[in-house]
Amino acid sequence: MTMQEDHKDCFVLEGKMALPNQNFAGRLGSRFLIAIRDRKKIMGLKCNPCGKTFVPPREYCEKCWTKIADNWVELGTEGELVNFTVVRYGDRHLPKKPPYILGQIRLDGADTPLTHIVEGIDPRDVESGIRVKAVFAEKTTNTIMDIDHFEPV
Amino acid sequence: MKMHVKNRNVAIIGIGQTSFSSHKEDQNQAEMVQEAVIRALADAGLKIGDIDCIVHGNMELFEMQFAPDLWHSLGTGAYGKDEYRITTGGTTGATLVCAADNLVASGLYNTVLAIGMEKLQEGNTTGGITNMADPLWFRNLQTGALTGTTAQEMIDEFGEERAKRAAMRYRIMMDKHAMLNPRAHRRFGLEYSQMEDLMANSPPLVGELRLIHMCSQSDGACAMIFTSEEKVKQGTKNPPVWIRDHIQIHREETIPNLFGFNKPEVTHHYAARTLFARNGIQDPVAYFDVFEMYDPSAWWAVDWLREFFLLKGDEHLRMLEAGDFDLDGRIPINPSGGVIASNPIGATAMLRPAEAALQIRGDAGGHQIKKEVRHALASGFGGTFWSVLMILEKELNWQEVSHD
Repeated sequence: MTMQEDHKDCFVLEGKMALPNQNFAGRLGSRFLIAIRDRKKIMGLKCNPCGKTFVPPREYCEKCWTKIADNWVELGTEGELVNFTVVRYGDRHLPKKPPYILGQIRLDGADTPLTHIVEGIDPRDVESGIRVKAVFAEKTTNTIMDIDHFEPV
Repeated sequence: MKMHVKNRNVAIIGIGQTSFSSHKEDQNQAEMVQEAVIRALADAGLKIGDIDCIVHGNMELFEMQFAPDLWHSLGTGAYGKDEYRITTGGTTGATLVCAADNLVASGLYNTVLAIGMEKLQEGNTTGGITNMADPLWFRNLQTGALTGTTAQEMIDEFGEERAKRAAMRYRIMMDKHAMLNPRAHRRFGLEYSQMEDLMANSPPLVGELRLIHMCSQSDGACAMIFTSEEKVKQGTKNPPVWIRDHIQIHREETIPNLFGFNKPEVTHHYAARTLFARNGIQDPVAYFDVFEMYDPSAWWAVDWLREFFLLKGDEHLRMLEAGDFDLDGRIPINPSGGVIASNPIGATAMLRPAEAALQIRGDAGGHQIKKEVRHALASGFGGTFWSVLMILEKELNWQEVSHD
């Protein structure tokens, strides 16, 4: 049975919000980005009591509340693709034309995954467990996009 | 069933603030929140593991961050804990305190951490606040948070010279207080001899509301820790400050625009007389030792003193002119420098009870009132004249009066 709904003379007002904003990376986050930009190194922060290494950076271990802001460790620029999805729709805010692979990469030495774009492999062939490496951007922007993407080793 | 009766008493046992500034490029939001949390924990002598529940709040849309409590958990310590997000516009910080009070009073949690934050430098305040308006009838027409109406009303009632001098006297008094508070954002070193100059030459915003009268846009965070009377009896690092009662008044914005009706009672007045009546406080000016008031502009501040203290005619102006509201006056207003000096909005209304509690403890530092502070009043303001008012006490010895 089809529902009959009467919408005659019910107006809809179109809305459009534009709220410009900034996001401060802070001193710690900026240090992380500078290492990528200037030295092509991806740095993590290690909590010694928990034995866990976090990336992206954070001041305190989320689990035990130890201050780890100064305990930098160098991670590999290679790692394992531990999870992924294939983005199949296009929109103005998206960084690439679809279809593309959005992956989670556990860099060598890290305990948390870094989310980034994976290229150089057909979305139909991608699978968890493959080894990938960072490809650094030629033009830097002081953002996480200073890593342009990851690709299979 | 009786309302507004606590299942058990609740005390503030920890207070942490960041400094307030429009330059916090060195911290992201979670890091700024954590600075306040670490200080509150240290103040209470507690560890994050001692916290049973967290309430978090800031302004919707101001930083354009959806679900900031999610990301901020890196700084709040909410990992593995119950957490509630509360956002009620300018009143957010005060509502957080009310909620934390209720959560502990209910018996559901022993120790609650409340966090208010804002990083206005990252966002677009007017863009956010314009979206407060009714989307059908007002949003396309609204301009933001500035209004010159109160200035004009005060000029109509008391004459131009006296009204303008009152607003500027209040403004300079707030700056003198802020100069004593190293955390305050705007500290100009104003002198009363500059009154005439500022009245004539500060850039006008709307009518006689001038730039100097208006609150700042600040970055900063405040964290407070609340616990039960039973826990307090086991010992606290610093003296507890008791939350005796609080009231919150909300309403929609078109209510004052009813033609043919008398001007409706101001929410602040309604909140004050209701709260004082149910606590048996006949003379609030005599009873309270300090009032930390949410004062978004000097004009509103002067006008609202009459509403909150239930004063008549020009009593509030006479008190202001006599220095009654000065730091060591009869009833000091905003020893911290108030909202005019520092306005990290989601934290702003929490800073009022936080600063009032520091006054009761005697821990306010440079802006500590010299005489003993036993009874404190704190207010929050936001939305379309929403009002939050709360009573803080040094001693757990008040008499319950009426709770019908």
